[in-house]
Amino acid sequence: MSAVDPSTPRPSWLARLWNFIVELWGVLRRPSSVFGLGALVFAGFVAGVIFWGGFNTALEITNTEKFCTGCHEMKDNVFAELKSTAHFSNRSGVRASCPDCHVPHNWTDKIARKMQASKEVWGHLFGTIDTREKFKDHRLELALHEWARLKANDSLECRNCHSSESMDITKQSPRASVAHQRFLFTSEKTCIDCHKGIAHQLPDMKGVPGWQ
Amino acid sequence: MIGKPFVLLLAIALAAGSSSLLAQSLNSGLRGPTPLNEEGPAPPMTPMRNTSEKEVRNYPEQPPVIPHSVEGYQIDINGNKCLSCHARARTGESNAPMVSITHFMDRDGQFLSTVSPRRFFCTSCHVPQNVVKAPIANDFIDVDTLISRATPGGRR
Ligand code: HEC
Ligand code: HEC
Ligand code: HEC
Ligand code: HEC
Ligand code: HEC
Ligand code: HEC
Repeated sequence: MSAVDPSTPRPSWLARLWNFIVELWGVLRRPSSVFGLGALVFAGFVAGVIFWGGFNTALEITNTEKFCTGCHEMKDNVFAELKSTAHFSNRSGVRASCPDCHVPHNWTDKIARKMQASKEVWGHLFGTIDTREKFKDHRLELALHEWARLKANDSLECRNCHSSESMDITKQSPRASVAHQRFLFTSEKTCIDCHKGIAHQLPDMKGVPGWQ
Repeated sequence: MIGKPFVLLLAIALAAGSSSLLAQSLNSGLRGPTPLNEEGPAPPMTPMRNTSEKEVRNYPEQPPVIPHSVEGYQIDINGNKCLSCHARARTGESNAPMVSITHFMDRDGQFLSTVSPRRFFCTSCHVPQNVVKAPIANDFIDVDTLISRATPGGRR
């Protein structure tokens, strides 16, 4: 910028900002005389890795059981109930945590789910389910969302761990092997059609198909 | 008058008798050889039988025992997992026997359209079976055997 002439009035801050932007653009457009193209490409690559990594790391942190149970709404209700089920402790010692069942492992689906989840922060701030009673009142609505999601993606999260291809029906209990052969292997039904309430207590099931 | 030696002898006899009583282990089957005034180790929990093999009832009014696992099955104001298979409309899909007609009756013998509230909590009558060796023998004799005994050449 040229030195300010004391005789002319000081330009307004808006004009100065504009000048700065015009000048910056000029610098950015000019080919670099100091760094070679290769160095620039490399620097861009490194910056990209850092941003991408940071973004993913942030996603990873929000993808743990610890994060999910950080909110008392999640900890006192659904987490407390999960503890007595086979997905929390079982003979093989493999545990399913919240994100295993609730966040798709596929990357694009994951982002979509994160966007949706922003409404939970809203709910937390405004206390939509901040007592056990309020939670119970809302429970059916929340469960219906989860069932609809699992139905629409053919129980993708369940299948991330359980696959019908690797099920050995001869090792299953008689009721399981009959039901799976008849409805699962024929793709007539999906896991969540038959296995509601495996991880948490059920909401009021009146009106839910198959229940009374 | 009773002599001093006699009292002494009696005291010794009593002491010996009571200590032998105390030391005696009552083997009552369920609690094992643990003395009555002690708490024994809890027996390990065993898995539920899940073979689906129908178990014969011991008398006609018996609620049949459950031949499958009911681990984690919810029965409360919100829902009844048992009825998601045993309700009339569900039996086609589940292959389960329908709850019998008696389950639709109220206490005046009137038939209701759904399972009667007094039959809602299934596991107060129907119980699952665990895989254990019976700790005490059972000498129950069913009525068929009893009748047969009365006839010459019948079952003993
Ligand atoms: C900021 C506190 C908070 C955190 C952290 C949190 N939740 Fe929630 N969650 C809520 C609230 C509040 C609701 C109810 C939102 C509403 O009213 O719709 C909710 C609702 C849900 C629902 C029902 C969704 C629906 O579509 O209705 C699921 C599933 C869920 N949370 C799973 C998770 C999982 C998995 C995590 C960890 C990745 C998590 N939550 C972390 C507060 C939280
Ligand atoms: C993180 C992997 C994982 C995910 C995701 C998962 N499960 Fe499981 N599931 C397991 C493990 C581990 C067991 C226990 C196996 C054992 O008994 O040793 C199990 C057990 C089960 C059982 C048997 C329960 C019992 O009481 O024996 C059912 C039914 C089941 N899962 C259904 C589902 C359904 C439906 C979903 C999707 C909503 C799902 N699982 C998601 C890992 C998973
Ligand atoms: C037609 C209904 C139906 C569908 C669909 C179905 N299941 Fe099942 N499943 C059953 C029944 C019935 C049982 C046995 C009773 C029980 O466990 O409550 C069972 C039992 C199981 C068990 C325990 C195995 C055992 O030996 O008892 C697992 C694990 C399981 N299912 C996983 C799944 C998964 C994963 C899917 C989806 C890929 C699925 N099921 C789809 C009806 C179904
Ligand atoms: C094995 C899979 C599984 C795991 C693990 C699991 N959930 Fe769920 N969750 C479900 C299913 C399936 C539903 C749909 C309702 C139902 O069937 O009970 C559900 C429903 C919910 C709901 C809606 C309210 C309700 O109860 O219906 C919330 C909130 C929730 N889960 C949060 C969590 C949190 C937080 C964790 C970790 C502490 C967790 N879930 C772990 C499978 C799972
Ligand atoms: C997944 C479906 C399913 C569920 C849930 C279920 N059952 Fe069953 N039940 C069956 C089937 C199928 C049979 C037939 C034998 C077999 O295959 O195990 C049966 C058999 C029985 C029998 C034996 C009937 C007879 O005449 O011998 C009783 C009693 C019974 N169930 C009670 C219950 C109770 C109580 C519950 C709830 C705690 C329950 N069942 C939950 C499917 C189910
Ligand atoms: C008050 C005790 C009681 C309760 C509660 C009860 N039952 Fe029964 N149940 C019986 C008796 C007794 C029988 C055998 C005589 C009869 O059929 O009434 C029976 C028979 C059955 C049978 C066998 C029917 C047949 O035709 O083979 C099934 C299945 C059954 N009950 C399921 C259930 C289920 C599921 C529930 C819960 C919704 C339930 N019962 C609640 C007492 C009870």
